[in-house]
Amino acid sequence: MEEKKLITGGEFLVKETSPDDIFIPEELDEEQRMIGESCKDFLETEVFPVVDRIDAQEEGLMRSLLEKSGELGLLGITIPEEYDGFGQNFITAMYSSEVLGAGYSYAVAYSCHTGIGTLPILYYGNEEQRAKYVSKLATGELIGAYCLTEPGAGSDANSGTTKAVLSEDGKHYIVNGAKMWITNAGFADVFTVFAKIDNDRVLSAFILERDYEGITFNPEEKKLGIKGSSTRQVFFNDVKVPVENMLGKRGEGFRIALNILHMGRIKLGANVIGSAKKAIDQSVQYANERKQFNCLISQFGAIKHKLAEQVIQTFATECSVYRASKALDNAITHSVANGDDKGRDTMEAFNQFAVEAAAMKVFGSEALDYVVDEGVQIHGGMGYSAEMFIDKGYRDSRINRIFEGTNEINRLLLVDSVLKKGAKKVLPVMELAEKAFEEVKAMNGIPAPAEGWIEEKDQYVANQKKVVLMLLKAASEKFNRTLVTEQEILSNISDCIIQVYVAESVVLRLKKMEAMKGEEACKIYRDMADVFVYDAAARIAKFARDATYSFAYGEVRDLLEKGINNFTWVAGVNVKEARRRIADQLIDENKYCF
Amino acid sequence: MRILICISNVPDTTTKVKFSTDNTSFDDGGVQWIINPWDELALTRAMELKEDASNPVSNVTVVTVGSPAAEPTLRKALAIGADDAIRVDAVSTDAHFVASQLAAVAANGDFGVVLCGIESSDYNGSAVGGMISEIMGIPSVSAVSEFKFDGGEVVLSRDIDGGKEEVSVPAPFVAIVQKGIAKEPRIAAMRGIMMARKKPLQVVPAADAESFTAYQAFAMPEPKAPCKMVDADNVKELVNLLQNEAKVL
Ligand SMILES: Cc1cc2nc3c(=O)[nH]c(=O)nc-3n(C[C@H](O)[C@H](O)[C@H](O)COP(=O)(O)OP(=O)(O)OC[C@H]3O[C@@H](n4cnc5c(N)ncnc54)[C@H](O)[C@@H]3O)c2cc1C
Ligand SMILES: Cc1cc2nc3c(=O)[nH]c(=O)nc-3n(C[C@H](O)[C@H](O)[C@H](O)COP(=O)(O)OP(=O)(O)OC[C@H]3O[C@@H](n4cnc5c(N)ncnc54)[C@H](O)[C@@H]3O)c2cc1C
Repeated sequence: MEEKKLITGGEFLVKETSPDDIFIPEELDEEQRMIGESCKDFLETEVFPVVDRIDAQEEGLMRSLLEKSGELGLLGITIPEEYDGFGQNFITAMYSSEVLGAGYSYAVAYSCHTGIGTLPILYYGNEEQRAKYVSKLATGELIGAYCLTEPGAGSDANSGTTKAVLSEDGKHYIVNGAKMWITNAGFADVFTVFAKIDNDRVLSAFILERDYEGITFNPEEKKLGIKGSSTRQVFFNDVKVPVENMLGKRGEGFRIALNILHMGRIKLGANVIGSAKKAIDQSVQYANERKQFNCLISQFGAIKHKLAEQVIQTFATECSVYRASKALDNAITHSVANGDDKGRDTMEAFNQFAVEAAAMKVFGSEALDYVVDEGVQIHGGMGYSAEMFIDKGYRDSRINRIFEGTNEINRLLLVDSVLKKGAKKVLPVMELAEKAFEEVKAMNGIPAPAEGWIEEKDQYVANQKKVVLMLLKAASEKFNRTLVTEQEILSNISDCIIQVYVAESVVLRLKKMEAMKGEEACKIYRDMADVFVYDAAARIAKFARDATYSFAYGEVRDLLEKGINNFTWVAGVNVKEARRRIADQLIDENKYCF
Repeated sequence: MRILICISNVPDTTTKVKFSTDNTSFDDGGVQWIINPWDELALTRAMELKEDASNPVSNVTVVTVGSPAAEPTLRKALAIGADDAIRVDAVSTDAHFVASQLAAVAANGDFGVVLCGIESSDYNGSAVGGMISEIMGIPSVSAVSEFKFDGGEVVLSRDIDGGKEEVSVPAPFVAIVQKGIAKEPRIAAMRGIMMARKKPLQVVPAADAESFTAYQAFAMPEPKAPCKMVDADNVKELVNLLQNEAKVL
């Protein structure tokens, strides 16, 4: 039974998902909520009151905050109990990341430490390495950092030139090189460093300790946002690293780096939800205070539109992120149960979900950018002032499109993963695409809408997937091996896939919520789904047309055009009224309440 | 010495208060419940006292009068550090009823100290603590802002106008605490949260007790009228409004 139900990464494109197989925040249990409350309390009592001092990088402050988080156990939420953690599942990790995500620069330091700073050692370390480092990382006694990027190797991370050479006595690797943009570098104790051994073409990973001789740091980078997070260049000058500090096997570094990034990406999706909710609270509270033309600005339709759209984008991110988290949680459990190396098996599960992780990273970071941008706009001139917090949210948001793999790289990686899974027959992409083409050939006009609100939404999403599949097939056949160079087209397809995934996630959440609470209690959520699916259809149509007209000719083009017209059709929605209802509820509650 | 802390389960202070359509009861839909802030401080102080081995505190129990919906709040108190919890299974109807329940629990458990908050942040009755002491026939000290032990003896401080007053009191007694009793409430740590599910939470039936009062209706404050802008040089209009609309001239 278990076996059959397990969802695999990317599968959403070729299969329907049952609402039973997703997780929605309404299902958080009492303990998870309590963990969330502790995270929130921590931000409110320890972080927000000193945000300006954090941004000024007051000596020792960020480190002490991380240590305090450690004392509360917040650094060890998902670390196994044998390493002084609390062994919570991935959903709990995501939920705490969401709540703490509102913590500006602190959130970045926290995510870096608990994610890329700790997990390479937990998942790829041998027993001695785990015993030596993981407990201390989980309690905050040690702080971690992750050194992949180099001045000459950013997106092309495998092109790094940091070198590791075995010493004559065979006891050490001598590491030389430079790393750039290293978060937490100012105070971290333990660095996972990627370097090439001798003339290897691929990276290996090493654990370096701060006090090894030959490690030096540049001063803090001056940044656009997350000014309170420590970001420095790190230099390695004949650093003697004990051979037992190699992480994983020789040449395994790139795989480690990538898998850790898959995990980081989906977590970023959770982080942005917390930031977005905070920015929405600030926006609506300002709009409920500020009067112009003798009227609260929250009463203006143009402002309501913004408030509602902030909510919709955030809600949609939340639907998708928790859906993916549950699939991942199941995949991790399954992978660990069927393997013999808990760490590697866990990471394999993340690798499986590269498509969803990239989708969440891209959609979430862009949703947050929308939310904070409109947040500034709602504040008018005060939004441009450093007096209010919204400007900080605006600046801090921007990094999310750059790190953990830029959004461009993630868009490309996303389609690439789908195509590979198709080629390997893991996903029947081409077969279903063929069917979709056949269906289009036989079509006579727009398909009749299904009866019922939910059924109609299901139909739209199912049809939108057909557009994606048709594009994948047509583009693959047209370009074959050179498709990789057609980045504009690949990005278009990627955007279609992201929109479909999110739209479907919103509909699935609705189904599950309505089953739990009844239709009446979920009316406002239907508004959100109505608007989102309607908008997604238009976006998919536009991306799909852009792709189509960029490469297709003759019959293929005609079929794609017809497919797009018919499969992205949705019934009209009174988006003005729907958004007003959403905004009114937000305005009434004066905080994010969905 | 065993300490009993009375915990009132109250709506989060940012809750938007709504009432039922006939205005006779509070609409608790969508409300986030928390430990009454003063009770949370009392709990924090009790934990501090217990953690210092030089103090004679052996056990901290939390109690609430409420429905099963109040249990998450009790478990939060357990996560913060209380040793065990009691829920008196009853809907709290008025201060006398609640105080009677709490007095019954206190009398049953050999508690040296009963801690109450100075008021509950929802109904602001400021009545329960005093009533408990009256029902039990034991002393009570109100507005306590400091609680310490001096050689095994309890010393309480109360804020009075322009200064402080130190009080000694024989156990058992009721201390009604206010701000200052502890600096900041504690955040429930992960370890505490994990332990909370294993700590005892006992549900006891309500004792017979009368309610002396009943709410007739709630009313929201009148919404403020929107302000009117009058042009600086339109003095006539201003005078007119002040005379005829605001009726202050
Ligand atoms: C504040 C901050 C913190 C960071 N923290 C860390 C950290 O802790 N550890 C760490 O290892 N790294 C960290 N990074 C580095 C970060 O991951 C990189 O900046 C990121 O991967 C992009 O690399 P780059 O800056 O070299 O940009 P480039 O790779 O030079 O990219 C420049 C532009 O070109 C685009 N581009 C590049 N290649 C392609 C391609 N093949 N196709 C299409 N477009 C392409 C990119 O999308 C981007 O728009 C951090 C960066 C910042 C700014
Ligand atoms: C959901 C709900 C429904 C209610 N419905 C009614 C109703 O229908 N009719 C009505 O008359 N009243 C009702 N009440 C109010 C109820 O009577 C009050 O909670 C009670 O009177 C005590 O409140 P107070 O403000 O008088 O407490 P205060 O005297 O201000 O509280 C002081 C301290 O007493 C302790 N304390 C107070 N209440 C409790 C408690 N329940 N359990 C443990 N310790 C406590 C705490 O330590 C608190 O800090 C309701 C309350 C709630 C929460």
